[in-house]
Amino acid sequence: MTALFDMDRLRVDLPVGSRGLLGLLPGAGATLNILSDITLQIDAGETLGLVGESGSGKTTLARAMLGLTRATGGAMRFDGTPLKSPRSFAGLRRDTAMMFQDPVASLSPRMTIGALITEPFVIHRVKIASRRAKAIELLESVGLPAAIASRYPHELSGGQARRVCVARALALNPRLVIADEPTAGLDVSVQGEVLNLMSDLKARLGLSFLVISHNLAVIRHVTDRIAILYLGRLVEIGPTEQVFAAPRHPYTASLIASEPQPDPRKRRADLAIKGDIPSVLHRPPGCAFHTRCIHAFDRCRTEAPARTDIAPDWHARCHLASEFTPKPTSRRDHHAMEN
Amino acid sequence: MNPPLLSVEDLAVRYGDVAALRGVSLTAQKGEVIGIVGESGCGKSTLASALIALLPANAIATGAVRLEGRDILALHERDRRMVRGAEIAMIFQDPMTSFSPVLTIADQLCDFQYHLRLTAGDKHKAAAAMLARVGIADPDMTMRRYPHELSGGMRQRVAVAAALLMSPKLLVADEPTTALDVTMEAQILHLLRELRSEIDGAIVIITHHLGVVGELCDRVYVMYAGQVVEQASVDDIYHNARHPYTRALIGCDPAHLVAKTAVLPIIAGRPPDLSAPPPGCSFAPRCGLADDICRTTPPPRVTISETQSALCHKVSP
Amino acid sequence: MSSAVDPRALTESLPPRPRTAWRGLVGDPMGIAGLVLVGAFVLMAVFAPVLAPYDPITLDIPNKFHAPSLSHWLGTDQLGRDLLSRIIWGARIALGIALTATGVAGIIGLLLGLVAGFGPRWLDSLLVLIFDSFSSLPMIMFALAIITVVGPGIQTLILIIVLVSFSGYARLIRAQTLSLKSADYILAERTLGASNARIILRHLLPNVVGPLVILLSMDIPVVIMLEAGLSYLNLGVRPPTPSWGNILYDGYTSLRSAPYMVIAAGAPLVLCTIGFTFLGEGLRDALDPKMQVRVRR
Repeated sequence: MTALFDMDRLRVDLPVGSRGLLGLLPGAGATLNILSDITLQIDAGETLGLVGESGSGKTTLARAMLGLTRATGGAMRFDGTPLKSPRSFAGLRRDTAMMFQDPVASLSPRMTIGALITEPFVIHRVKIASRRAKAIELLESVGLPAAIASRYPHELSGGQARRVCVARALALNPRLVIADEPTAGLDVSVQGEVLNLMSDLKARLGLSFLVISHNLAVIRHVTDRIAILYLGRLVEIGPTEQVFAAPRHPYTASLIASEPQPDPRKRRADLAIKGDIPSVLHRPPGCAFHTRCIHAFDRCRTEAPARTDIAPDWHARCHLASEFTPKPTSRRDHHAMEN
Repeated sequence: MNPPLLSVEDLAVRYGDVAALRGVSLTAQKGEVIGIVGESGCGKSTLASALIALLPANAIATGAVRLEGRDILALHERDRRMVRGAEIAMIFQDPMTSFSPVLTIADQLCDFQYHLRLTAGDKHKAAAAMLARVGIADPDMTMRRYPHELSGGMRQRVAVAAALLMSPKLLVADEPTTALDVTMEAQILHLLRELRSEIDGAIVIITHHLGVVGELCDRVYVMYAGQVVEQASVDDIYHNARHPYTRALIGCDPAHLVAKTAVLPIIAGRPPDLSAPPPGCSFAPRCGLADDICRTTPPPRVTISETQSALCHKVSP
Repeated sequence: MSSAVDPRALTESLPPRPRTAWRGLVGDPMGIAGLVLVGAFVLMAVFAPVLAPYDPITLDIPNKFHAPSLSHWLGTDQLGRDLLSRIIWGARIALGIALTATGVAGIIGLLLGLVAGFGPRWLDSLLVLIFDSFSSLPMIMFALAIITVVGPGIQTLILIIVLVSFSGYARLIRAQTLSLKSADYILAERTLGASNARIILRHLLPNVVGPLVILLSMDIPVVIMLEAGLSYLNLGVRPPTPSWGNILYDGYTSLRSAPYMVIAAGAPLVLCTIGFTFLGEGLRDALDPKMQVRVRR
């Protein structure tokens, strides 16, 4: 079976600094490696979660997948078609959609919601009987009143703008939707609405999702598989439930253990991870995570770990991956709470 | 029981027609960490401003905010400023906004000690020692930096150090970890928990994140539509919540769900318009238990135990 | 399974509509004053042939230096021409030059700014070099040099104004374009598959022209003054064409005998300048959402 989206050893370097008048001279300026050796697949109908701290390259990866940022190495395929030139990405547009972290900012400020929501049809020259009727139909499909069609983006609440973005993303029935922090800025009691809406549409339309989030609790409930990025490297990728139950990379383990627990009886006494994520400007040698890893030993400081297969669909990039078990922390009592 | 260090008594704050706070009462003892939890628009930011006596000019406040018995809302502006400088410290969501971008960390940390009669050298030493205390590996290096040169987590550590340098009686932290990554969040929470014994006063954590409350607080006040709807010990809030809103809020938190679910629970509807709150219980329009009494009569505050009470018709003691 | 669409979300009330830029402009006393003054001068310029009681150029030497009277409301000049008629026709020259010159400079600036901001990096660097070179020219020296080469006249004036002012507009548009180019909504349009042309025309342009319109309307009085100044020095509009600057010069040479001439030519200059300045400031306040609180009070 071929994957819907296939990424093979993708690499992204971004130019750094302004070159001023030197920009008139030919030749490339200095670049900074953001992503390297990213190999992953998204299958049809599945939801993949992409997790990592800020600065890990999550957003750059999403942009590279859609051709907004140019990949400098590796290969990508969508439904078997290689993605190389801007032309090939143009062919991808109808089948992919992106939901941005800040929904209000991702809507053109001087257009009405009605115009914005039907814009995909205009761009791709899809015939619709009436733009107004289509706008109302789309708004109703995401639970918004028709009156919103004549409003401007800044007049909407965060939740409403998010629904508008869902409607716009799904207007042309794409096959892959990339959702960047779909619940950022939403209250707990409302974030479920957006996630349920997404999973409902996914079930009905059979589309694939890439959900980018740092909220592990959300990732755990909405994704089938999860990929963890650290400083632009994929450190672990595997089935969500299995990874959460027994992570094979110490970074994954410490991310899971870091999540604050609402239950005071599960308070942890010690810290699962120390220090800050290093800057990409000063990438540590060897395994990039060794500076913060409680399991690090000499080999980690000099030799970058290769990808280890734990199961056919589960890989980790750690010298200890095959024998790693997370250090038990004091707060992890696995007795289900009565409730 | 000792008289409380902080006591908010029947505080109501209006902005024009909007009733941001309606009869909020709470107390904090010395050495206690209390949590104020609620969703956007519940009035927790207004409460934070009131606690540090920094309500906007167009706010009309009634009731009292007493720090060691003294009503800081009734003070003259100059005395209020003294209280803010010497007795109350605040940690904000984005520490970038609480530092001046043009001064080094050293300049600002020394400046925070203006009310202490210390020489410049001693202030500098105290600042460096405090940075080391909050877990900054290289205090001298950090002191020479500007705020934008530090990462978000480092800035929040410096903000904690700045607050502690004032040796405040009351430390108010407004969403202290919301802007941070989960690994930094865990570290700041760990730091705050370690430091609580060193603060000779009370800590008030204002947050929308139940995880922060669970990790850090002793007692919790749950706010909805400008009112405290339930108060209890943190253990009772999580394991023995009585108010339907508290129960629903906990139920919505994905971190609470043990098994993976396809459909996440939600609270349908929206909070009421605070310029025209409903005549009965504010939560009635979204509450599954609501009946006619709930919709017409304001609910009583029902005492459940010495530490727990809820504002609800449907709760029995 | 509960439906993903929550019926209660449908009833969520919409906020009241915020006020529009036009409402903001007419709600501001300065904006109204600007609109009225500018409107009056534009009407004067458009309907000059109808409004002017006499021909502004025909000489009537016997009637020279007539003080204001019922037949000549503002009097006559040293050649017996009706001053009111010359002022009215002068509005046509002043506004014609100002609007043409700023309009052309604005369009050139807009196009070059968009190209610099949206185009490849090397083109941007080249254009910025050109903008910087033009804006470093000393304006008066440059104007005198051009007049010396080409000779004075209305076309020369327009050429000078365009050359000295387009780079400022281009730099403004370039800066706006650069900051908006990476805005989320532009990226969102790209992920939808919008063409560059569509992104520039439908999404960049409407969001960058606002500040340009404000800047242009505040620059118009500067241009009117420049035209009057150069005409006063006999380097601008050639006599006998009526220009406020020429009239001012004629009035100045006969200040002793006919002081009303200077007043008659100076007043419209001042009023027109004030009108455009107020309009520009009103527009700036009305278009800037951050200023809304202040204006609404």
